[in-house]
Amino acid sequence: MKLTKEIFEQLNIVAQCKKYNISLWQCPQFLFLIMGIVIIVSALNAYLFGNHYIQDPLVVSFITLILTAVLFSVAVIVTRSFERLSEANKMKSEFITIATHQLRSPLSNLSWSVELLLSGKLGTIEKKQLEYFGILKENINRMQESVSDLLTVSRIEAAKIPVKEKVFSLKKLTEDLILEYQPFARASNVEIVLNAEKNLSKICTDPLKLELVVDNLLENAIRYIKDKGRVEINLSEKGKNIYFSIKDNGVGIPIEEHKYVFQKFFRSKKITKHQTHGSGLGLYISKATLKRIKGKIGFKSKEGQGSTFWFTLPIKL
Amino acid sequence: MKRILFIEDEAALQKTFSDILKSEGFEVISALDGETGLNLAKKENPDLILLDLILPKIHGLDLLKEIKQNENTKNIPVIVLTNVESIEKIDKALELGATTYLVKSDYSLEDVIAKVKKILE
Repeated sequence: MKLTKEIFEQLNIVAQCKKYNISLWQCPQFLFLIMGIVIIVSALNAYLFGNHYIQDPLVVSFITLILTAVLFSVAVIVTRSFERLSEANKMKSEFITIATHQLRSPLSNLSWSVELLLSGKLGTIEKKQLEYFGILKENINRMQESVSDLLTVSRIEAAKIPVKEKVFSLKKLTEDLILEYQPFARASNVEIVLNAEKNLSKICTDPLKLELVVDNLLENAIRYIKDKGRVEINLSEKGKNIYFSIKDNGVGIPIEEHKYVFQKFFRSKKITKHQTHGSGLGLYISKATLKRIKGKIGFKSKEGQGSTFWFTLPIKL
Repeated sequence: MKRILFIEDEAALQKTFSDILKSEGFEVISALDGETGLNLAKKENPDLILLDLILPKIHGLDLLKEIKQNENTKNIPVIVLTNVESIEKIDKALELGATTYLVKSDYSLEDVIAKVKKILE
């Protein structure tokens, strides 16, 4: 009974493919099935055509056998390669999930222990000690953010990003974020300007997801301005879409790096010269998040002059 | 004095929470695994339970189910406090009767204590 159940499970190709979180056309079992059909059809055709043109049936059978054997070998090699790739992909996703969960617990413990020490509830802290606790807290926060980014990436790859739609104003969301970034912008000598069209329509999407995207673009724009600078955000409607753009006069991205900008772990060589922080996951996450909420993202950039990142979202109410 | 049962397998976190909850005027009962947690919940009848999900001996969700099915413990508010962030686990925990579900890395210690106090009011 158990064996029968196992056999049926193996024959359920769709379920087997779901295990790998890949499309049907990348799934090794499905590819093997397709190649099996191709082999059978090819063998039959070879036999029929062979019989038509070659008198000796033994020769026809031999040719058909050779053809079948060659096609079968090719099928096995191709599907085994896809199977190894899919397994590696699955293990990579599982590894990231397990590693991030294993890291999150001790980081939470560290964060709360430092918070308790800083609260003063366990006794007075000297000024010098306070400085070092501050350093601890800051670095724990950085690690927590990196782990959070990695977890988001593993969810993106597993196509597990839940979306909770709400009607809200992108202008208000942007204004609130700009307010939050004012201390950082002032410290970086950067002015942030928002130009929003009058009577901009509200949008219906996941506000938390969109906040993540705007937050990432705004942080990048401020960080990559070397000295004094300006960040200009424009909000407008273009047909059935909301259009958001953010322009900075920062270091810009060299043209040879443009094709890598939305890839995982990519950080421009120009940027790593000026800023060593950053996981290189922000834009990858932003693009995947926007795709999930039916948006699009793009950019233009010139080295030494700055960048403009933009995204569009459908106004569906 | 309100009594809080803290079911968490990380000894360091037990210590941190014990210290802060005591400083806020609560009595803390500690359990480092699911089985001990369940026994203490039935025996001590605390005012609130703080429950981790990844526990030795009994998984947090199974423990939550047992607590909510037991006549003596079903009305005790339970705060799930974990780093497990899956939507399925969150929905399951709330379906089983958890009062709230807090992901540790999303909350400061102060926020968690505030939630505890609010539920106990």
